Amino acid sequence: MTALRTISFDGVIVGGGGAGMRAALQLAQSGYKTAVISKVFPTRSHTVSAQGGITCAIASADPNDDWRWHMYDTVKGSDYIGDQDAIEYMCSVGPEAVFELEHMGLPFSRTEEGRIYQRPFGGQSKGPDNPTQAARTCAAADRTGHALLHTLYQGNLKNQTVFFNEWYATDLVKNQDGAVVGVIAICMETGETVYVKAKATVFATGGAGRIYASTTNAHINTGDGIGMALRAGFPVQDIEMWQFHPTGIYGAGTLVTEGCRGEGGYLINKDGERFMERYAPNAKDLAGRDVVARSMVLEILEGRGCGPEGDHVLLKLDHLGEEVLESRLPGICELSRTFAHVDPVKEPIPVVPTCHYMMGGIPTNVHGQALTVDAQGNDQIIPGLYACGEVACVSVHGANRLGGNSLLDLVVFGRASGLFIESALREGIELRDASASDIEQGMSRLNKLNEATGSDKIPDLRKELQSIMQNYFGVFRKGEFMQEGIRKLADLRGRIEGAALPDKSSTFNTARIEALELHNLLEVAEATAITAEARNESRGAHARDDFQERDDENWLCHSMYYPGEKRVGKRGVNFKPLTVPTFEPKARTY
Amino acid sequence: MLQVSIYRYNPETDQKPWMQDFQFDTEGKDLMVLDVLEQLKAQDSSVTYRRSCREGVCGSDGVNINGKNGLACITPLSATVKNNKLVIRPLPGLPVIRDLVVDMSLFYAQYEKIQPYLQNDTPAPAIERLQSPEDRAKLDGLYECILCACCSSSCPSFWWNPDRFVGPAGLLQAYRFLADSRDTATDERLSRLDDPFSVFRCHGIQNCVNVCPKGLNPTRAIGHIRTMLLTRAT
Repeated sequence: MTALRTISFDGVIVGGGGAGMRAALQLAQSGYKTAVISKVFPTRSHTVSAQGGITCAIASADPNDDWRWHMYDTVKGSDYIGDQDAIEYMCSVGPEAVFELEHMGLPFSRTEEGRIYQRPFGGQSKGPDNPTQAARTCAAADRTGHALLHTLYQGNLKNQTVFFNEWYATDLVKNQDGAVVGVIAICMETGETVYVKAKATVFATGGAGRIYASTTNAHINTGDGIGMALRAGFPVQDIEMWQFHPTGIYGAGTLVTEGCRGEGGYLINKDGERFMERYAPNAKDLAGRDVVARSMVLEILEGRGCGPEGDHVLLKLDHLGEEVLESRLPGICELSRTFAHVDPVKEPIPVVPTCHYMMGGIPTNVHGQALTVDAQGNDQIIPGLYACGEVACVSVHGANRLGGNSLLDLVVFGRASGLFIESALREGIELRDASASDIEQGMSRLNKLNEATGSDKIPDLRKELQSIMQNYFGVFRKGEFMQEGIRKLADLRGRIEGAALPDKSSTFNTARIEALELHNLLEVAEATAITAEARNESRGAHARDDFQERDDENWLCHSMYYPGEKRVGKRGVNFKPLTVPTFEPKARTY
Repeated sequence: MLQVSIYRYNPETDQKPWMQDFQFDTEGKDLMVLDVLEQLKAQDSSVTYRRSCREGVCGSDGVNINGKNGLACITPLSATVKNNKLVIRPLPGLPVIRDLVVDMSLFYAQYEKIQPYLQNDTPAPAIERLQSPEDRAKLDGLYECILCACCSSSCPSFWWNPDRFVGPAGLLQAYRFLADSRDTATDERLSRLDDPFSVFRCHGIQNCVNVCPKGLNPTRAIGHIRTMLLTRAT
């Protein structure tokens, strides 16, 4: 076969959402040759759907606010398997990163003093000794993700970042030393496949919520980065930890921000009871998302759900008044009218816990450098590969992410990755060139897809995968069911890998992209399933009927999933922040 | 059965565009137009369109639905189907790449032309720049644009001069920065717009206002820019 065209950059960023564009901005400002590969035009990335805000101790709502309180909340929210050095970094650097966004033009809502408006969100306190509800989430109405993503795109336009929009990265290219030296990518418009060579390859490919049948996630959230990493033989961390957002619109799955409850909304069951008062007497509707989601499912299972099927609960907002709803939550009013046919000014919104966020991902340090673990259990840096945002597991979210921490994570660690790569490039990065066979290896999946002859249809297989994950790996999990789910996924693998592509045309072939995305969904689903079955405890979002207690003796650690032998291992949690004492694990109540 | 008709064109196999007809069973449900497209694609994987968030905030799936531009994901059949017919075409006035996928380069170029980023030549403070709620309120109805191109591709002035008339989407963003109390480049921004084409090709037809899926009003923003340009000239 003829050699692929090669395009070379210092840094290539795969993914044009918040994390990717923040990393790109940093690198572009440094003058290094930087490119962003994005399968959609950047402002169509899933960051755009973030609503409620970005949590950060900028001391606007409370002049005495302290990033250490935010850090405590995040450690507790993670159910103690978030890395404390990374959480410390995120919470302390956060204000600077948020002010930078404001200076770039992000249209935050404002207080009477002209400062950034902050609203209360779940799991927020004023420190270990003061459970008073804090208001720490910086908001642009309920369109914070949209405002943030557009601002970052605009910043990149200003700094003349090179964009490969509607290009799709298919696999990593590794050299003979096992270092990552770029990706294979397809130009969707023409179908041309190229090798994009880079000294630093940054994965900012986002989440994979589409492994579940019911998800708040966009169609494009197919775990492309996780799939590429696993196929290259690299491990993923805490991948069993999936957040179910308490308030997805019943039926449609679209998100209703936690900010609704932050502004004073609350959940009710069919008796009109504000049931969170029973489950979380102090924080009530603003307990951790895992706690609220489980409480909702219990209400439904115990026969107190709403509607003819009794399969959802209601989010009550009408008592807030039209003025507050239209000024603070205009997008929610719009979404609710469109997808629930309900006007929240007058009626409550039917909601149900819905897959929302992948806490796990590619393990990295605070500089975004991807890690693996050697035979002696020591962290090893994977040369050339970086990850930030939802695809990465730094880990700041541990077993449960707090609302508003995802936008902060992607800005802080997108920025940190950019800063680190800039200095690494300045010191000089020498990686051996990929050989023809290294590149051929990166092409192997594409070639196989073109030759596949299986009769199953891609959309049918995708639906099957999503329903397995929904049924066997949902809010509550049980060993024997999960084992059955794992068997079903194993059966699905052969059919997915063998499925033929009926349309082999080159021009904007979205069927080909969807087939490649399905491979990635399968990798994420299988890693999730095997790891979930192995973690014999309940912690954060991982709730087991057969192991209902948290088991700190055996599982106060990260899980590591190794794709080669499909093995689950463990990795220590960092309990050593640099400037504050360790937050010791204790019982987690709200 | 709903009669669905979709614009098809694959440059590799088609001499010219054609309309493909489908009989579609809605099972009595008021689906979104995107749901219909998804189900048809499950039958015939070659049907091609863009989509992402499926909730009207990413702006991927702007198409022409029964003659009116809109987002497929938030247009329910009940709002558009008359006489049991659903006709889906690509956004008008932009080159077609394949089926419902149009080449948006000209649209994006006009957006870039207005320098869509905050410009402020004073040193940034250690915290945020302060802005009163009243000044911030001036950005409402402007910053929410999702760049779906429903407006510009429904504008006859943009069809005629897509290279020289900035178009409603670009001008809405031009005004978003002119209206921002934190931006100090007002004069330079106006100078770049001060020619017979960039702004003044708008003839107030208001197609943009009628089709905007976010309920924004580019015509009003263009009116404000005109006033600023004319006030400045005197």
